[in-house]
Amino acid sequence: MMHFLRRLLLLVPLLLVISFLSFVLVRVAPGGPFDRERKPASPEIERQLQVKYHLDEAVWKQYLRFLLDLAHGDFGVSLQYRNHTVNDIIRQALPVSASLGLLSFGFAMGVGVPLGCIGALRRGGWQDHATGLFSILMICVPGFVIAPLLIMLLGIKWRLFPVALWGSPLHAVLPVIGLGLYFSGRIARLMREGLLSVLPSEFITAARAKGLGEGALLFKHALPLAILPVVTYSGPLLADLLTGSFVIETIFQIPGLGAFFVNGSLNRDYTLVVGLVILYAALLVVLNLLVDVAYALLDPRIRYD
Amino acid sequence: MNFEASALHRGWRAFRFFGHLVNWTGLLVCGAVLLLVGCHSEPRADIVIVNGNEPESLDPAIVTAVPDMRIAKALFEGLARLDSKTCRPVPGLAERWDVSPDGRAYTFYLRTNAAWSTGEPITAADVLYSWLRALNPATASDYAGQLFYIENAEGFYSGTIKDPSKVGLSVLDAHTFQVKLDYPLAFFLDLCCYPTLAVVPRQAIEKYGDSWVTHRPLPCSGPYELVAWRLNDRVRLRKNPFYWDASNTRSRLIDLLPVASPNTALNLYETGIADIVWDKDLVPIELMDALVNRPDFHSFDFLGTFFYRFNVTRKPLDDPRVRLAFALATDKQKILKKLTFGGEKIATHFVPEGVAHYRSPAAPGFDPEKARQLLAEAGFPGGKGFPPLHYMYFSSGGGGAKIQGKIAIELQQMWRKELGVEIELRQIERKIFYSAQSRLDYDLSASSWVGDYNDANTFLDMFESSSGNNRTGWKNSRYDSLVVEANRQSDLNRRALLFRQAEAILISEELPIVPVYFYAGLIYFKDQEIKGVHPNLLDEYPLQDIWKVKARASF
Repeated sequence: MMHFLRRLLLLVPLLLVISFLSFVLVRVAPGGPFDRERKPASPEIERQLQVKYHLDEAVWKQYLRFLLDLAHGDFGVSLQYRNHTVNDIIRQALPVSASLGLLSFGFAMGVGVPLGCIGALRRGGWQDHATGLFSILMICVPGFVIAPLLIMLLGIKWRLFPVALWGSPLHAVLPVIGLGLYFSGRIARLMREGLLSVLPSEFITAARAKGLGEGALLFKHALPLAILPVVTYSGPLLADLLTGSFVIETIFQIPGLGAFFVNGSLNRDYTLVVGLVILYAALLVVLNLLVDVAYALLDPRIRYD
Repeated sequence: MNFEASALHRGWRAFRFFGHLVNWTGLLVCGAVLLLVGCHSEPRADIVIVNGNEPESLDPAIVTAVPDMRIAKALFEGLARLDSKTCRPVPGLAERWDVSPDGRAYTFYLRTNAAWSTGEPITAADVLYSWLRALNPATASDYAGQLFYIENAEGFYSGTIKDPSKVGLSVLDAHTFQVKLDYPLAFFLDLCCYPTLAVVPRQAIEKYGDSWVTHRPLPCSGPYELVAWRLNDRVRLRKNPFYWDASNTRSRLIDLLPVASPNTALNLYETGIADIVWDKDLVPIELMDALVNRPDFHSFDFLGTFFYRFNVTRKPLDDPRVRLAFALATDKQKILKKLTFGGEKIATHFVPEGVAHYRSPAAPGFDPEKARQLLAEAGFPGGKGFPPLHYMYFSSGGGGAKIQGKIAIELQQMWRKELGVEIELRQIERKIFYSAQSRLDYDLSASSWVGDYNDANTFLDMFESSSGNNRTGWKNSRYDSLVVEANRQSDLNRRALLFRQAEAILISEELPIVPVYFYAGLIYFKDQEIKGVHPNLLDEYPLQDIWKVKARASF
């Protein structure tokens, strides 16, 4: 318990370091938020833009100002979307990315875990080759190839699902498949390896010798251990999925965080980028912590003191 | 015995946890589905339009991008508005205006039935507030310069004049508003149609600050009011019942979708989710040659020019003969034929064709023989001894940007073949590109310009010595004085003549830039279904004029 509390407390200095680094790095990048094709009519107007967003101040001053706001839970005003605060953007986009991410996670687990198990249990058989081929294919073919194929077939040719936008469960089908397939391939591989390493264990042999049925053997004894590599992978995967995918969000015009992340950096939207980096870092740390908790519960050999 | 019990217990614990894990995952997924379902099941709008990028702002004083302006204009109207067919100013919130004989004073008579979408009347005091707000440095409006033609406005902006009553704006009575300009300005009424000069609600702005457009109720002065603005999802507009011309607003509900990918835009259109796609960059460039021949694809002349800049502060580009040689060695016809399919036109001058009250002079055409001769005169016969220079461009995002790389390669080849010079190509990220261009950190660079209003000045004033958009290092006092003098003319013919002389310096004598082609506007919609969209020079489509004949099936 102490272990986890300590880890949670470590989160604070870690986020401070991350926020400082991202704060400085986005400002070091050449080009600024107001470098555009057209300049205002006079240099004075340009100067006022900098003044309004305190970009004319020294970076350490800007950072202190930022920390002060952050202490109140305020990420500041977006420099590109000037009517919105970063909090407002996160409030609107995070639930969308989170639902898409969770659905894709569920899809990837639902497809990947059984496929991996089948591969491991029928090792060397045609089932193993078929599931192996599937997972390799899913890992190799990127989302920006799969998604347009899905759209062409299921969206335009057969008119089963909407080709883009967000708002109903029907809208989620294609993006969830497009986003989830890659991860289902990864999970199937991990699951297969995990199960293959657990099955020859002595405790499995012992349980089998005691006359335990194959089903019970698999579900009660082998799976909780075999799934550990998948659990390890789930932490960063979930953080990644929850904060959105730029490619899938762009193709399906989904109002999630991914597009804001990428466009924010391209447009040098300093406040938005720093805010999202902090959000992502916090999610990553917390989810990794949860992975460790899951470890302790799943594997009796692991103890945190 | 003991061992076995504990092993059993652990196994049971693990199994229970595994069960929990499955349950939790299932619960999370169900939650996600519920979140989605509970989201919003709204009726389809009467018209669904793919509008381009997500609006950066809907505050008319802040907007700079065309997609943002289209929405801002539907929400907030100025004293005048643009006619959807001719693109000329017609009365908006003002029902008429008088111009003084010297052309410097405009008196606007506001409509007595002009009202906010909340029902309150719009008065001359609202106009005064809105214009002074755009001129307030704290607003940080990019386009505050549109108001600098007004007496003392620039001084007020920069703080040398503190008293707002010194600015040439006065409220004569509740419905009469007077403007005094520094000099007679031929395009002042065009500026009155511009979002920067639109009338905005004082109370909402003072109450909510920068985020005022996201709060409700939002008093709107234009034909529509804002129902919803969901980032990267849609902007939904509803007819403003209190708009003075509400009886002529054709559609009740309009959705504007922010779409950045051309393929997604086309998919939405082809499956009937969207009725109109209006952005030339939202046509998939790979399909362009096939799509432009379809009857629902409308290509039209557009107030935009693609050109390249020279950095005249670098040797040997400081020599006009070298610049002219590059221009003469540029086969614009070939670039157009090979690389563009949307109906673009060759640019023999800088100001696009069709601009009001103006005809451009012609620039020198493709003449490689003369180009070689000029380069030899400048000291580089056959390109010998020519220093290694680079051509800078950016390539990212939509269809329009992809073509930049192809044009760069084409230009490089032409200059190598005709002049014997080797120009390195440098592709740079967009923000770095603009920053480098402003700092004159380049040799040659790809450029484009789209007119803000229908007047030659929106193209020609950018190459005045002091302009932040000059970005070539080129300074020419004769050019400056011609543009300034032209803008002070009240006689339109005399004005055009002066502008012509200025443009001749720009494109035939000095050539800090070489115009290559004029952009074509592209918009797709089915004529038999969608009415009231009139393609025009400014790519301007007042939303209140657009309506749909029959309903289509949709998701």
